[in-house]
Amino acid sequence: MDKNQFLFLLGGLKWTLALSALGSVAGLGVALARTSGRRWLERGAAAYIALFQGTPLLMQLFVVYYGLALAGLKLDPWVSVSIGFTLHAGAFLGEIWRGSIEAVPRGQVEAAKALSLNYIDRMKDVVLPQAIRISLPATIGFLVQLIKGTSLAAIIGFTELMRAGTIVSNQNFKPLLVLGLVCALYFALCWPLSLYGAWLERRLVTAAR
Amino acid sequence: MNYKFDFGPVIEGLPELLWGCAGTLGLALSGMVLALIIGIGGVLLRDSRLAPLRWLVIAFVEAIRNTPFLGQIYFVFFALPIVGIRLDPTLTAIIALGVNGGAYAIEIIRGGVQSINKGQVEAGLALGLSRTLIFRLIVLKPALRAIFPSLTSQFIMLTLTTSIASAISAYELTSVGQAIETNTFRSFEAYGVVTLLYLAMSWMLMQMFARINARFLLYPVK
Repeated sequence: MDKNQFLFLLGGLKWTLALSALGSVAGLGVALARTSGRRWLERGAAAYIALFQGTPLLMQLFVVYYGLALAGLKLDPWVSVSIGFTLHAGAFLGEIWRGSIEAVPRGQVEAAKALSLNYIDRMKDVVLPQAIRISLPATIGFLVQLIKGTSLAAIIGFTELMRAGTIVSNQNFKPLLVLGLVCALYFALCWPLSLYGAWLERRLVTAAR
Repeated sequence: MNYKFDFGPVIEGLPELLWGCAGTLGLALSGMVLALIIGIGGVLLRDSRLAPLRWLVIAFVEAIRNTPFLGQIYFVFFALPIVGIRLDPTLTAIIALGVNGGAYAIEIIRGGVQSINKGQVEAGLALGLSRTLIFRLIVLKPALRAIFPSLTSQFIMLTLTTSIASAISAYELTSVGQAIETNTFRSFEAYGVVTLLYLAMSWMLMQMFARINARFLLYPVK
């Protein structure tokens, strides 16, 4: 494998990172909808979560990819792939963050209400800062899933790390070397995150004792 | 939007799609059986006295859990022929699914075994229960009860992961959907229906596991 092919792999890595960086905003929205106390919002968010957690990411990418084209939107593959990932991440992060919001002791919400804080201040200043701490290990765990999931963008023809790898291995006929390197790059991204998540989890357990 | 939806070709292909569902469930089930074997073996090795064996299991778990499944399945698909083993895509997919699920199963089963309080076993010994009774009532059932929820959600995840096996054209739901798409160009309709079929399958599996849980594993604690 020559230098250019390695740089091509690294170019794919850049998109992998960018794809993983998206999606959190949608997740926060879903979590807030799920805990809003308004029935139609909660039902809607629950249906959205059930749909996206019960179907494979690959299918979600396919449906978004072809669905947006049907709606007459001429989008870059990059944009439609990110929309797909944002929707996917929104469902999973929404569920993780709902759990953490509900794990904040009820007394906190009641105290904030007694201080006559409105919904936005209550969430912003009282509930969310505590919920984020609780949710951190699970959020990081999902982030690892998401980084691994970006490899599926390769199947719909988006050139990120995995597809860059298959392209290079088709050129130099060394699938083991190139795929091994690609997997090693994913590992280098995910492993530190996994370790950090496990460390946070241990710390959270000791803190709760 | 002036697109005319046409579900005709997809409805015509429905029998084929249902066979695809069977293929998916078959892959998931065989993958899960392999994963459980790897999981139990891995836990036994991880508790062994030989440090290198323990490290090997930990390295295996970390390597599998931190790399994408697509990479793993490509690896099996391209690596095994080099050592002279040529498998069809279905067997390749089962091996990849089993290895992937196995890494997660090791962690889940280990958590269940660790959740058993040592004092419980000692209490059983003090009551003069036989070894098999202690294993069945004090170790196995509570451990199974502790790991059942994570094991079943792992199984549903595995069922959804089988869709990636379409990348090496193993016979399952996604590849059937892709075949219909290629023949009829009805991409959105084909993939929409396939998505709904996945949803139906995971919902059915969830209901089934909840029933099993309620029937065999739930009992009053106090």
